[in-house]
Amino acid sequence: MLDRAPAGTSVKDEAARRVRFRGAGFVPASSRFGGWIALALVIAIWQAAGSTGLVNPLFLPAPSAIARAIYQLAVSGALWQHLSASLLRIGVGWLLGTAAGVVVGFAIGLSRLARSVGITFISALFPIPKIALLPLLILWLGIGEEPKIATIALGVFFSTAISVYSGVDAVPRNLIRMAQSFNVPFATIVRKVIWPGALPAILAGFRITASVALLLVVSAEMIGAQYGIGAFVLQAGNLMQTDQLLAGVVILSVFGLAVGKVIGWLETRLLHWR
Amino acid sequence: MDLISNHISHRFGDLAVLDDVSFTVSAGEVVAIVGPSGCGKSTLLSILGGLLQPTSGAPELRGSPPADSLNPLTFVFQDFALLPWATVEENVEFSLLHTPLSATQRRALVEDALRRTGLTDFRKTYPKQLSGGMRQRVGISRALAVRPAILLMDEPLSALDSQTRELLMEDFVRLLADGGMGAVYVTHNLEEAARLADRIVVLSRRPGRIREVVSVPMTRAERGEIAAREKLLALQNQIWSLIRNEAIDAEREVQHA
Repeated sequence: MLDRAPAGTSVKDEAARRVRFRGAGFVPASSRFGGWIALALVIAIWQAAGSTGLVNPLFLPAPSAIARAIYQLAVSGALWQHLSASLLRIGVGWLLGTAAGVVVGFAIGLSRLARSVGITFISALFPIPKIALLPLLILWLGIGEEPKIATIALGVFFSTAISVYSGVDAVPRNLIRMAQSFNVPFATIVRKVIWPGALPAILAGFRITASVALLLVVSAEMIGAQYGIGAFVLQAGNLMQTDQLLAGVVILSVFGLAVGKVIGWLETRLLHWR
Repeated sequence: MDLISNHISHRFGDLAVLDDVSFTVSAGEVVAIVGPSGCGKSTLLSILGGLLQPTSGAPELRGSPPADSLNPLTFVFQDFALLPWATVEENVEFSLLHTPLSATQRRALVEDALRRTGLTDFRKTYPKQLSGGMRQRVGISRALAVRPAILLMDEPLSALDSQTRELLMEDFVRLLADGGMGAVYVTHNLEEAARLADRIVVLSRRPGRIREVVSVPMTRAERGEIAAREKLLALQNQIWSLIRNEAIDAEREVQHA
């Protein structure tokens, strides 16, 4: 039982003090323009350092030189040649890896047998850097697009499978029980409860797999390709054309940003209920 | 249609939760199940509704449900169990999607259920936009849409504030007024049990056994009258005296768990 605390002495005669506010901080809000201003500032300082000769342009070309290089690449058609090769590899590899990852992830999330087998294999194979398998894949699939696409697909597959079965696991059990209590068939529960419930995790997984695909395409192209952004960057580095090299890096960065925006748009469209 | 708890016992591993629980819910009857925390009330309801396999004994049905019943045993959940990505009307319609009804028939049932729960104006709203009370109304609406013979209600008001509880309790009284639909109402709130039930099954501390079955000697309509309050209070006190000591023990046990 709860006991009363002993009564304190009367303080009616004392002057009242204001209670000190202690609730400040720990609520970081991002400013709308802060990021852009900071970026512009860094580019301006970088440009100034390049223009005044403070930094050797061989090691770090000024932003204007990089912009010029991108423009020349675009005008000459080389940009599209390299970019289209990379996009094709990323697109096909990502789609194949994602399709297989979603199927396997759902199987692991829904079936006891698939879970026991699948998690063992995924745990064993996921940590392997997929680029290390490229020589083996070249041996199996020949020199061409296939081993590069397969490397990307493998990298995407494991991350997708993990995010999908984690998403399926995270679907609130009470929703599944609710559906069962109305005798809703298994396939409808998967389609109407588990799929939308797992979608936030699946889309979060897409963000990761998009960067995995980008990383692997560049690595694969650096190892064995004539065209592609990775091959272009490597070639520029070998020729000490640092403006071209950084032009390739900027293009990769823009590509990564664009993919992030697309996934963000998908999240807004599909997860508006959150 | 009667629902029978036929010698139901249940264990979770080494933990005995229910021990030989037998009672019958007759057609149109409202039976409340009360007892100390952890006595297996919700477990019993899950077993009765076919969501959990008992270790021994079985839930049974006797007689036929009403011809228009699409899901004779229908749950109303404590946490509402609404699909957050679906609007109010989609949540209600969810319970009908797999039935052989046409889209027009489904729409008519959804309309009727929304109207009976006062949700018609909120049909396009998402659960996150609703208050707790309104969310539970969606849960009730979804249950009504399938025309249940017996509602299985697992502490349906415990997640709500007292004012909302009072309003929903009035709704329950109205819904169950004509005796066309029975209910098993699990609660730890003795006032709710006394307001709603025809009989109150009092379970003992874990493993839950039936300690007593108390009949409420008034119609639900009479219970709303001021003159009935004293009698209801006496009934609550009688039930509380049955479970008080065990409730104290159960609370300490939970704290030390």
